[in-house]
Amino acid sequence: MRRRQIKILEEKFFVFLSAFMTYSLIVVLAFIILVIFVKGFNALNLDMILKTPEGGYYYGGEGGVLNAIMGSLYIAFGATLIAIFIGMPAALYINVQLIRYRRTQNTIRFFLDALWGIPSIVYGAFGFTLMLFFGMNASLLAGTITVALLISPIMVRTFDEVLSTIPKGLHEATLALGFTRTETAFKVMLKQGFSGFITAILLSFGRGIGDAASVLFTAGYTDNIPVNLDEPAATLPLAIFFQLGSPIPEVRERAFASAVILTVIILIISLGARYLSKRYSRTNLK
Amino acid sequence: MFIAEENTIPASTGFSDSPENLAKHIVRIKHLNVHAGEHHILKNVDLEIPRNKITVLLGPSGCGKTTLLKCMNKLTDLYRELEVSGNIFIEKDDILNTTTNIASIRQKMGLLSQRPYPLPVSIYKNVSYGLKLKGVRDRKLIDFSVEKHLREVGLWEEVKNRLNAPATSLSIGQQQRLCLARGLAVKPSIILADEPTSALDPISSKIIENLFKDLKKHYTIILVTHVLRQAIRLADHAIFMIDGEIIEQGDPEELFKNPQTEGLRAYLVDGN
Ligand SMILES: Nc1ncnc2c1ncn2[C@@H]1O[C@H](COP(=O)(O)OP(=O)(O)OP(=O)(O)O)[C@@H](O)[C@H]1O
Ligand SMILES: [Mg+2]
Repeated sequence: MRRRQIKILEEKFFVFLSAFMTYSLIVVLAFIILVIFVKGFNALNLDMILKTPEGGYYYGGEGGVLNAIMGSLYIAFGATLIAIFIGMPAALYINVQLIRYRRTQNTIRFFLDALWGIPSIVYGAFGFTLMLFFGMNASLLAGTITVALLISPIMVRTFDEVLSTIPKGLHEATLALGFTRTETAFKVMLKQGFSGFITAILLSFGRGIGDAASVLFTAGYTDNIPVNLDEPAATLPLAIFFQLGSPIPEVRERAFASAVILTVIILIISLGARYLSKRYSRTNLK
Repeated sequence: MFIAEENTIPASTGFSDSPENLAKHIVRIKHLNVHAGEHHILKNVDLEIPRNKITVLLGPSGCGKTTLLKCMNKLTDLYRELEVSGNIFIEKDDILNTTTNIASIRQKMGLLSQRPYPLPVSIYKNVSYGLKLKGVRDRKLIDFSVEKHLREVGLWEEVKNRLNAPATSLSIGQQQRLCLARGLAVKPSIILADEPTSALDPISSKIIENLFKDLKKHYTIILVTHVLRQAIRLADHAIFMIDGEIIEQGDPEELFKNPQTEGLRAYLVDGN
């Protein structure tokens, strides 16, 4: 009888604990967003997203952060695109072509995990070195390449995780039908792993658009919207960073408004990705 | 070249390569050994599979039945730890020592596994993919063939109005029949079925069993099953294995009524 009661108590305690942790996390997240919104609310207006900084913007003058919004979008989209072209074949290669070589698979995964863990400032420094080596200036191109390097391991590993959960039976069934490995990879695994693929893109994009350290030396900063790859580009994280450092309260408020913009962009991308992944995983083996 | 290859086959198997024997047996396996490191999974397996018959493969769990099937369509290639040696003749071609393209070897054999693995596409595409792989492009021909094979497995009436629905929306029993139709569409001559009814309800199992009885007119079926009664109902030829070795094989009536070995006797007693 007592044992039973202890068991019930134990069960209650752990249910409470997990629920508590889950909801605390949500509360903290909501709190962060709330603070940003409240602090940035006064500065939030259409000018912020429709205008580039005008004269005296950084002293509280007219204008907005369109330069940084566009720069960030260019860099994040460009880098994500590059990372897809690197990451998708790489993840498929690990899971399809290397299926017989478990040790090689694990070694590759180990290195990718290590790359994932390297702080982005190191990527920034590496991108900077690379940039100097090729005689480039801080530019859209250099920033994009650096961010692509930063997010490629994330892309590969996230997608790889999804592919590795695909049942071996499906793999065998496809080969038994006479698919080659490449056909298996692109016609079946990619389809079966599509929602995971979207998640991988989303994670990479989110990391790419939000990272400040990797673009600090490589993308530069400008008040203009870049039109060429070799022009410097402003980014939202750096815009937040510079504005937050200002002694003028209005400008600091704008930093929070910029943070709101960055958050909303990420939110929109997340929702879009979720919708896509729902839509295209309809046919998937559960 | 051909003669040299023939010479590598040990004469001791007693299997004949005469035209009569070739006509009778579609698969002939000689001295097949499979190792996984120290573990000797299949030990000197010699067997012949009669054409257009149902051969039932029986044996306790872990005796190597699945491995034997996987050797036949070379899915053992997926596992580097498995070392396969010996000869597996499908018709005249020794698939373990051949230059024939592996995809076309596999297409000679339809695989039905324990649980169905439909492709992550629509019902229609599940069947049409195989045809496309074989280079069929004619839309009408594909439509025709999809219908034909879905009818062949008795699924057509149930799915004809939802061909574009995801294959995963079907019940498990229907999915299994879809996988069979998908396999038949690539025109195999052999069907490898590894406990195809073990995840199915009695009615779906019955449907699959009856299908097999029909299909053997055109296909050779190799069936692994743990259901003794199913084996008795279906088998034209039976093979009993223990621990990677073939203990008895032959006419199922004989085998089940008069087991010659203690192993089979014990298996039959436990199975009933
Ligand atoms: N890739 C592998 N590596 C190592 N050992 C393996 C591998 N595949 C199979 N085996 C071993 O080979 C033996 C036979 O396995 P197999 O799956 O062929 O048995 P089975 O007769 O199909 O059993 P069941 O009736 O349970 O399906 C088992 O002992 C198994 O552990
Ligand atoms: Mg098995």
